[in-house]
Amino acid sequence: MNSRDHERIAKALIWTAALFVLAVLAFILIYILARGLPRLDWEFLTEIPRNMGRSGGVSSTIVGTLMVTSLAVAIAVPFGIGTAFYLAEYTRGGYITRIIRFCAESLAGIPSIVYGLFGFIFFVIFLGLGWSVISGALTLSVMILPTLIRTSEEAIRAVPNIYREVSYSLSATKWQTIIKVVFPSALPGIANGIILSVGRCIAETAAVILTAGSALRMPSSVFSPTRTMAVHFYILAMEGISMENAFGTAALLIILIFLINVVANTFVNRFVAKGVKR
Amino acid sequence: MSENIKIAIKNLSFYYREKCVINDLSLNIRGNEILCVLGPANSGITTLLRALNRLCDLDAGVSMKGEILLDGKNIRDEDVNVTELRRRVGMVFDVPTPLPMSIYDNIAYGPRLHGNKGRREIDETVESTLRMAALWDDVKDRLELPAMSLSGGQQQRLCMARVLAMNPEVILLDRPCSGLDPISTAKIEESLTELKQEFTIVLAPHNVQQASRVSDRVAFMLMGSLIEEGKNADVFSRPKDQKTSDYITGRFG
Repeated sequence: MNSRDHERIAKALIWTAALFVLAVLAFILIYILARGLPRLDWEFLTEIPRNMGRSGGVSSTIVGTLMVTSLAVAIAVPFGIGTAFYLAEYTRGGYITRIIRFCAESLAGIPSIVYGLFGFIFFVIFLGLGWSVISGALTLSVMILPTLIRTSEEAIRAVPNIYREVSYSLSATKWQTIIKVVFPSALPGIANGIILSVGRCIAETAAVILTAGSALRMPSSVFSPTRTMAVHFYILAMEGISMENAFGTAALLIILIFLINVVANTFVNRFVAKGVKR
Repeated sequence: MSENIKIAIKNLSFYYREKCVINDLSLNIRGNEILCVLGPANSGITTLLRALNRLCDLDAGVSMKGEILLDGKNIRDEDVNVTELRRRVGMVFDVPTPLPMSIYDNIAYGPRLHGNKGRREIDETVESTLRMAALWDDVKDRLELPAMSLSGGQQQRLCMARVLAMNPEVILLDRPCSGLDPISTAKIEESLTELKQEFTIVLAPHNVQQASRVSDRVAFMLMGSLIEEGKNADVFSRPKDQKTSDYITGRFG
């Protein structure tokens, strides 16, 4: 067997692996969409669930998902990005840096049900927030912090050091350098981390069911209990209430995540292509 | 002429951790001259330039002894404002370093940091500095394009315009023509000889020939020590030190 055959076999193996992954993904998507899409209609989108979800729509769970997710991301992003800038720009690998990074990485390894239990005990009971949008959002914000910190820190570290030197040499202070040069350059990477976090929030069930509850009515404020789409799907399927509606919800979830990715990518690409903030 | 001393370096020694990079160097830089600091790689020239605008403060493990006086004032004194120092002593790096923003914003970067200059004032600065750097005609119709879209030589002239926009007193250039073609190099050298009317220029040339073309005075450094300094004609025609002679005639380096 000569080196050209080696090349061919290696290529074939790599192609097979990639095709296999694609096929699995395509199968899951097609299966869920094929079973879920027929259920989607205007009523399904706009009515609140009736009869435990056997009939009616899922509008309250869409609102609940969007509320919990946006609130969680809004809470976590300032802390996550702030920590990332502290780690990447303000310390030189000292003792405190290592402790913060160790804590963040430990947080990343904890199963989400543990976050749920923590959120239930701390936010729901101890702080008396009850099963509510805010309890769910706070719990999720803790859960996504490690992802945000790590992706943002990597994005900040990937900014070429010469940019910083140029900025300083043009008489900028450290803060001006960070705001005007480092942050815009790191923004695509940071946005990527935020998108990942949004995806995790939307998809989360265990942590949310224990903290935001599973109420079916339309949430009226951040202190109302709510049921997210992922939780709704879980309950419908788990308790055998309605597989049809479960798949409908799942299809809707997939479309929602797809839309968020498209919108976010367009936003980031436009920003990068311009390469400028004025 | 000899009284017009812009920067006086007195017994400067510079260390990265234990390693001595500049060894007891004393040198006067006069106003409105082009001083070429010449020498092979690892002679401490980049470090010297970075010490003059205190950019070396950013590096870890740096320590130094001696004094650097800018207009008679030690730039390492406690009460020196580092950002103001860097405005007065601008720097062009050895590779073109446009920031990831438009041509216009690159030049406006310095002026916008200080004081609330109006749009028209910044417009004027952009045009006049681009003209000084001989780049205006090339880019006047595309100031909003990313600076990265320019060629290497244009980028380096943009970097010069960007430094000029801060209205500095001294300009440090660290091998600004390495990696540039001869035409770009000639344009930059031409700008330099015009700019010395207004500024003091310290240039690390990228070869001996460039030093002989543009400098008023030459300082030759080797392994962190100043071997010789003097007028261009003196150093190139009658070098006092054998090492200088060997270097400029190409026996080593």
